[in-house]
Amino acid sequence: MSLEPLVFEKSSAGRAGVSLPPVDVPERRPAEYVGRDNLRGDLDLPELSQIDVIRHFTHLSSMNYGVDTGFYPLGSCTMKYNPKINEEIAALPGFSRLHPYQAEDLCRGMLCILYDMQVFLAEIAGMDAVTLQPAAGAQGELTGLMLFKRHHERAGEGRRHIIIVPDSSHGTNPATAARCGYDIVKIPSGENGLVDCSALAGQLSDEVAAVMLTNPNTLGLFESDIKKISQLIHDSGALLYCDGANMNAILGIHRPGDAGVDAMHFNLHKTFGSPHGGGGPGSGPVAVKGFLKPYLPIPTIEYSAGKYCLDSDRPESIGRLHPFFGNVGVILRSYAYILSQGPDGLKRVAENAVLNANYLLTKAKTAYDVPYDGRCMHEFVASAARQKALGVRALDIAKRLIDYGFHPPTVYFPLIVAEALMIEPTETESVETLDAFAEALLAIAREAESDPEIVRTAPHNTPVTRLDETAAARNMELRWGKPGD
Amino acid sequence: MPYIPNTHADRKRMLDSIGAASISELFDQIPEDLVMQRPLDIPGPLSEIEIRSHACALSKENSNLEDHASFLGAGIYDHYIPSTVGAVIGRSEFYTSYTPYQPEISQGNLQSIFEFQTLACQLTGMEVANASMYDAASALAEAALMATSITGRKEWVVSSCVHPAYREVMRTYAWASGCKLVEAGRNGIKTDFLELSTLTTAETACVVVQNPNFFGALESLDDAGSRAHQSGALFIAACDPISLGLIRPPGDYDADICVAEGQSLGIPMSFGGPLLGIFACKKKYVRQMPGRVVGATVDTEGRRGYTLTLQTREQHIRRERATSNICTNEALVALASAVYLTTLGKLGLQQVANLCLQKAHYAMETISGLTDCGIPFDAPFFKEFVVQCSRPVDEINRRLLDRKIIGGLDLGRFYPDLADHMLVCVTEMRTRDEIHAFVEGLAE
Repeated sequence: MSLEPLVFEKSSAGRAGVSLPPVDVPERRPAEYVGRDNLRGDLDLPELSQIDVIRHFTHLSSMNYGVDTGFYPLGSCTMKYNPKINEEIAALPGFSRLHPYQAEDLCRGMLCILYDMQVFLAEIAGMDAVTLQPAAGAQGELTGLMLFKRHHERAGEGRRHIIIVPDSSHGTNPATAARCGYDIVKIPSGENGLVDCSALAGQLSDEVAAVMLTNPNTLGLFESDIKKISQLIHDSGALLYCDGANMNAILGIHRPGDAGVDAMHFNLHKTFGSPHGGGGPGSGPVAVKGFLKPYLPIPTIEYSAGKYCLDSDRPESIGRLHPFFGNVGVILRSYAYILSQGPDGLKRVAENAVLNANYLLTKAKTAYDVPYDGRCMHEFVASAARQKALGVRALDIAKRLIDYGFHPPTVYFPLIVAEALMIEPTETESVETLDAFAEALLAIAREAESDPEIVRTAPHNTPVTRLDETAAARNMELRWGKPGD
Repeated sequence: MPYIPNTHADRKRMLDSIGAASISELFDQIPEDLVMQRPLDIPGPLSEIEIRSHACALSKENSNLEDHASFLGAGIYDHYIPSTVGAVIGRSEFYTSYTPYQPEISQGNLQSIFEFQTLACQLTGMEVANASMYDAASALAEAALMATSITGRKEWVVSSCVHPAYREVMRTYAWASGCKLVEAGRNGIKTDFLELSTLTTAETACVVVQNPNFFGALESLDDAGSRAHQSGALFIAACDPISLGLIRPPGDYDADICVAEGQSLGIPMSFGGPLLGIFACKKKYVRQMPGRVVGATVDTEGRRGYTLTLQTREQHIRRERATSNICTNEALVALASAVYLTTLGKLGLQQVANLCLQKAHYAMETISGLTDCGIPFDAPFFKEFVVQCSRPVDEINRRLLDRKIIGGLDLGRFYPDLADHMLVCVTEMRTRDEIHAFVEGLAE
């Protein structure tokens, strides 16, 4: 049985959920217009009345957990509160009902916002130019590496075919580099969780195109040798890419561009408060140093002679990444977020994100191993290695947290920490929430000793219990089919 | 600070607990010379009242479709969004959640994506679909890369009647991955299939067409698939999902991969983003498919449930050997399209498609009676068609604005040989009166 039937199972022939106007022009049979051969036969779509549609999706929503439901410390994802005013702004008809091919003088307000957003992001990153086109962080990474590739081609250094990533990197980094035709070399992190400069130096050569780093890194630690790293990389003729997933830790405090980063992407849905949407839409603008500007995707949005305009006449550009201007609806929300915060507000975001993470770390480490001890930035990685010895794994702890009313942290990432629990509280949580979460973590650690079974079989109060993922992959039931099909 | 709950007293208590004297001490990891010594040079802070009025003022500088009748399409369409869509996607249990890594508390998201995948298959006539991609343009590029990895070949043959911006995005991806995009020419506003056939060789990974194509015309696709398959290439078709209420779907003409721009399905235009890449293919290729996929399974009590599956194709497991670097999908947009399709249902989608077809043909026939403008190409079409004008399109569009009308696309912008040609789009949103006003404006 299923908790909520599929819409297809609720269908009844002849029902519809919306009324449409009658045809107000002389009507002919479709075949007369397009020919019988162009018409489809059967169309199988569910048929429901409006109340059934609404109840169906409302019931589904009640089986979902969002930031508005409760604490969501999913490491690396920056699940902060999504201000409601930003939703209203993105929905203004002057933005939402705007066509991207309207003449430039019919969308001045929009071009002004996009241009200003480029300026804001460049300032926050310490860079010279920005493209808003990438629709997500992964596409931002791809854009950044494409810019590097074009730069090396133009500089007669097309032989550079290697991208170096640390072993703590996000999976998208090596996947993106492969997408861009590069070979990948992985370097081990040092004992302190940071880039091992000598390991890095040993891999640099005139075949290396770039190094991709996340800073603060995925262990929640700032790469304090970043200047030296940048120097090493640039001395070898390679470039430095920064994965900006963790910008929330350093807003208004440190700018990657000032440390020698050549290009970086933002995740607007992480750092600048636009909602994650259950897995998109995101937005992954890329900021670059001036020497990469000629290669930016077309069109660029410029301001000259008192007018905002589009520039597509850029012969050195890598081309287009997005059919229009990027995920404008997401960009609008983040634009409103940045203006709401202002310079001091953004800095306070970083300060409180780091304060909250350190506070939680102080509490968590009384019961959990923390492999890279000391202070953290906006997130930290604990390990359930101690609990594993009792037969309770990181996954079990994550599932048990659900019973306590919390969304679990990221688990088993980064890969270099055994039984990793990656916890990012964000600045939008109160100390009371952090205390309650810490108490749950400690209670589960006690349960691991006293009653491991209750942890291993968690969660106990959810619509479904643990799902058989092996069966899902084996059976490959990826769509509903009519009974008998 | 409305979004930061910590008070001064909270901060002090927390610092004490950490054992730090100040917040700046927490940032000791950052070398001093890398710490900003000045505030960021950005405006703000603005209160909620101020940000609202600032944004409203800017929004009014845009001539939007709330007070204009639009005949502009070309990939982004003004279709009606039923009230159910906003009601559902405005539920914050959906929009403030993230990728459903924890299926026990994400069944709403997972089941709705499973339903989206099914709806995408029903609509396109394909066997499997993923949980969505960014937009049709990058989805086409991903489809071509998938064809390259299946065939081991690096040439993509693409009809020049495919949306120009889609081709540009494909060209960018092709260059970066060491592939080559070859364009087949056109006869008028339809693909030159003879040339397309000639260009399809033993090096060809895929053949890509769009139907209805960029000009709105329905292509003659019966042999396209078999010709591609004879050369061992994959056949990739892009289509308009609204047209599929009436027009035969890619599954009917043996497409291996189908891509569609889902913006038409209940998504606001929002200046061209966020969009929705619908991606469906034959089941035999499912393991090479990029992007997230949701599958059905059971829990420990035997209850049916849904979970992300086939994740061993993906970047967080496979890293550089993943089928794609794609991480998120466009989950909320996919949900919106699922609500749209469920609300309209079979009858509603057929009705919307028929309204577009009837009104577009009425507009075309009315324009064909004008002396100043003409219909230069004879091809079956769905909701868009090409008009030849006696004056620059730009000039006509400027005058149409006086009538509160946004005219069609200047085709000369993408096809120099089609200067003074306008691509006109008529959806169910346009009334007979608006069509008449538009035609009068063209004749003026």
